[in-house]
Amino acid sequence: MTAVAAPAPGRAGALTFVRRNPTLTAGVVLLVLIGLVAVLAPWLAPHPEDAGTATHPFQVLRPPSHSHPFGTDLVGRDLLTRVMYGARLSLRIVIEVLLLAGLIGIPLGLVAAYAGGAVDQVIMRITDVFLAFPALLLSLAISFVLTPSVGNMTIAIAVTWWPWYTRLVRGEAASVITRPYVESAQTLGVSHTRVLFRHVLPNSMTPVIVQMSLDAGGILLTAASISFLGLGAQDPTPEWGLMVSQGAQYFSTQWWFVTFAGLAILLTAIAFNLIGDGVRELLDPRRVITR
Amino acid sequence: MLEVRDLVVRYGPVVAVDGVSLSVPKGPAGFGLVGESGSGKTTIGRAIVKLVEPESGSIELDGLDVLGARGGDLKRYRKGVQIIFQDPDSTLDPRMRVRGAITEVLRAHGAVPRAGEAARVTELLEQVGLQADHADRLPHQLSGGQRQRVSIARALAVEPELLVLDEPTSALDVTVQARVLELIARLREERSLAYLLISHNLAVVEQLCEQVAVLYLGRIVEQGAAALVLSQPAHPYSRALRAAVPELSEQLPRPATTRADPPDPASPPSGCPFHPRCPLAIDRCRQEEPQLREVAGRMAACHRAEDAVRGQSEASDQRS
Amino acid sequence: MKLEVRDLGVWFADRRVVEVDSLELDRGETLGLVGETGSGKSMTAYAIAGLAPGMGARVEGSVQLDGRELTTLSQGAWRDIRGRRIAMIFQAPISSLNPVFRTGDVFTRALQLHGASKAEARTRAAEAMRSVSLSPDLLRRYPHQLSGGQAQRIAIAQAIALRAEVLIADEPTSALDVTVQAEILEQLQKLRTEEGIATLFISHDLAVVSGLCDRVAIMRDGRIVERGPVRETLTSPQHAYTRELLAAVPRLGEAGSAHA
Repeated sequence: MTAVAAPAPGRAGALTFVRRNPTLTAGVVLLVLIGLVAVLAPWLAPHPEDAGTATHPFQVLRPPSHSHPFGTDLVGRDLLTRVMYGARLSLRIVIEVLLLAGLIGIPLGLVAAYAGGAVDQVIMRITDVFLAFPALLLSLAISFVLTPSVGNMTIAIAVTWWPWYTRLVRGEAASVITRPYVESAQTLGVSHTRVLFRHVLPNSMTPVIVQMSLDAGGILLTAASISFLGLGAQDPTPEWGLMVSQGAQYFSTQWWFVTFAGLAILLTAIAFNLIGDGVRELLDPRRVITR
Repeated sequence: MLEVRDLVVRYGPVVAVDGVSLSVPKGPAGFGLVGESGSGKTTIGRAIVKLVEPESGSIELDGLDVLGARGGDLKRYRKGVQIIFQDPDSTLDPRMRVRGAITEVLRAHGAVPRAGEAARVTELLEQVGLQADHADRLPHQLSGGQRQRVSIARALAVEPELLVLDEPTSALDVTVQARVLELIARLREERSLAYLLISHNLAVVEQLCEQVAVLYLGRIVEQGAAALVLSQPAHPYSRALRAAVPELSEQLPRPATTRADPPDPASPPSGCPFHPRCPLAIDRCRQEEPQLREVAGRMAACHRAEDAVRGQSEASDQRS
Repeated sequence: MKLEVRDLGVWFADRRVVEVDSLELDRGETLGLVGETGSGKSMTAYAIAGLAPGMGARVEGSVQLDGRELTTLSQGAWRDIRGRRIAMIFQAPISSLNPVFRTGDVFTRALQLHGASKAEARTRAAEAMRSVSLSPDLLRRYPHQLSGGQAQRIAIAQAIALRAEVLIADEPTSALDVTVQAEILEQLQKLRTEEGIATLFISHDLAVVSGLCDRVAIMRDGRIVERGPVRETLTSPQHAYTRELLAAVPRLGEAGSAHA
C-alpha cells in the first residue's frame, strides 16, 4: 500500500467530492436532516401523543404559537408533531416501494435477459400490460380495491413501479451478458445463478440505481396524491398527503393547516430530486469523462 | 483426445464454419488454427467450449459426445476444456478482485476445501508468474499482460486437459506477448497441456504448435505439420498468407493475391472459395470444390497444389 | 518540404506524456515512430498534426513546416494546412469516415474546400482512386459498405488527391489482415516513390517498419530512446530497449522453442 495513484481519501478527498458534486451533496444534506427528524421524532416532537389518536377539543385549529409552532388541526393535534412523524411515514413508504419494486422487477429483468426466448417474451409482455395503464390511475384503482391503508398503498404503488426496473435491467443485462467475462465464467463451469447474481447483476445495476434515485421523489408525490384522494393513509395516521387533503378546505381561514405539510412534501421531493440528479451525474457513463 | 468432425456453424445466412474436422492429441501438444478475419477460426474455438451451437457435426472429448452432454458429463467437460480469450481487459469482471475470480472457479468445481483456497490461489498465481499480493487487486489495477496471466490462472484452476487459446496475445505489446508465449510453452510441459491455438500470427503458431490448419472462409484449406505447412505452404492461400507476413528485413511483404479483399462470406464463390483471388485459378477451380487430399506430406484442398509446390521449389532454386 | 520538431512536449494536466527533443522529416522520406502502448508515439503524431489541443492536451515546443510554426496556428489556419499539406490516416479506417455520407461526397468536398471546381474534384478523386487500385465506383458507397482495406486505401487516395506533402499514418495497418496489410504497405511505398510524400509512420510492429521506413525512432515513456537509419538501428541496436523489442518479435522459420 505504498504508491497508490488514487488521491488519498480523507478531508481533501471529501472536499473535492463536494466541490465536484454540489447537487448530490445538497440533496444528501437535506435528506439526512429530514431523516434525522424522522428518526428522532419521538424525542424532538413537542406532543408525541398527537401523532396518534389523541384529540384536544379545546385547542382546535389554533394558529402557530409558542406551544404549537405549526398550529393545530381540526381536532386540536399539534401540527409540528404530525409533520415530524409524517417524515417517518413518507420515507418508509418510499423505501418500501423501491425495495418491493426492485425485488420484483430486477430479478425478472435478469431472468428475461439471461433466459431469452419464450421466458423473455412472457415476462416482457406482462410488463407491457402494466405499463399500458397510466401509473397513478392503476395505483389508485388497486388502492381502492384493497381497502385504503398505508400498507395497501405501498403495495399499490410498487405494483405499478416494478415493470420499469424490469425493462431497465433487461436491457442492461442483455448487453452485460455478451461481455467476455460472463462468457468466461460460463465456460469455467460457474453455475447460472452465480453468473447471474455475481457477474451480471452488479454490472447491470448502475442505471437502476440512477433510476431509483430519480424515482424516489415521484413515489413520495404519488403516495401523497393517493392519500390526498382518500385512498391511502386514513386518519389519524400523520401522512402528509392526508394532512394536505384535510387542510385544503381551511386554506383561506386557517392557512397553517395545509401549508406546513405541503412544505414538508415539497422539501422532501426536492431532496430526492437533487439526489437523483446528483447520482445520475456521478454514475451515468454517458456523462463526459473528465480527468 | 479432442475430435471435431464435419463441424458446421451458421450465423443467419453466413456459414461461418463449413465442414471442419480436426483432432488435437493428448498433451503436451499444440494445434494451431490460422486464418484471417472471417475464416471461422474463432467460431471453431467457441463451438468447442460450447459458446455457440453448431448446426451439425460432432465434437468428442475422449469418446464423450460433447454436443449431447448434459448434467455431470457437461460439468466434467467444462472442467476439462478451458478457453482464454483475446482481450484480457474484458475477460475479468471489473468489480471482482483476482482472488474472487479464482476462488469462484475453485468452488464451482469443489476443487479444494475452503481452508485450502487461499494457498491454492497463491500457488496458481505463482505458476503464471504473478505474486500472492496480486490476489487483492481489481482488474483495472493490473496491466494487460498481468490480466491475461490471471485469465490463464483461472483456467488452470480446474486442471484442464485442453486449452482453447483464442488470439491470447493479440491485444498485448510485443514484449508482453513474448513473456506470455513463454508462459504457455512452460505450462504445456509442466502440466502436459494440449491446446488449440487460434491466431492470425503465423510466427506465434510456428513457435507453439506441432500441427496447424489453415482456414479460409470456414474451410480448412491446408493442414499438416506446422514446420512444413508454414515454411513450404502448398495451398495458394497459405502461400499468400505466408508471403504477406512482414519480416525484419528491408523487403516489404509481397501482396501475393490478385485481389486483396476477401469475398462476402454470406455468398461464397462457387467451386474453390479462393479462386477469385488465386493467381493459379483455372476453370476447374471455378466449378468443382477441391477436397482435402495428401499433397507433398500434408493435406491440402487445391486442384493445383502440386503446381503450387513445384513453383515454390523452382523459386527457391532460383534464389539459392 | 521539411518538417522539423523541436523540444515537443505534450501535457495532460500536470503529466507530461511526450518529451521529444527533435524529429525531422524530408520530402519523400518515411520515418517510423515505434513504441508500445503508452509510449506516446500516437500523441506525438497528434501534436504534430495539431489535433492534441482538441483532446485536452497542452502542447509546448515547436513544430515547423518549411519554417512556418504550426503549434501557434489558429483552428482556421489549421483547416487549410490539414488535408492539403498534412494528411492523416488512422488505425480504424471505417470509423474514421463519417457514416452518413457517401465516401465520394466527403472526398470531393475536401478537394473543393481546397480550391478545386466540382468537375475537377470529381476527376481528381477518380484518378486518385485508380492510383490506389480501387474502382472509382466505390466513391458511391457508404463507409459501412467498404472493407477495412478499401477504406484505408480511400484514405490514402484522399491524401494523393489533395497533393499532401506530409502523411501522418497512425498504425494504419494494425487492424487489417496480413494479406490486406501487405497491399496497403505497397500503396504507402508507392506514395513515396511516385508522389514524393513524406510519411511519419506510427507503428508497434518493427517488422513492418523495417520494410517500409528509411529511418526509425524508438519511443518509450514519451521519449525517443534511439534513432537512426532503419537498417543500422535494427541490425546493431544501441539501446537496451530496442534490443528487447527486437528480441520479442516472433519470427517465422526459427521454430520450436516449445517443442524443441
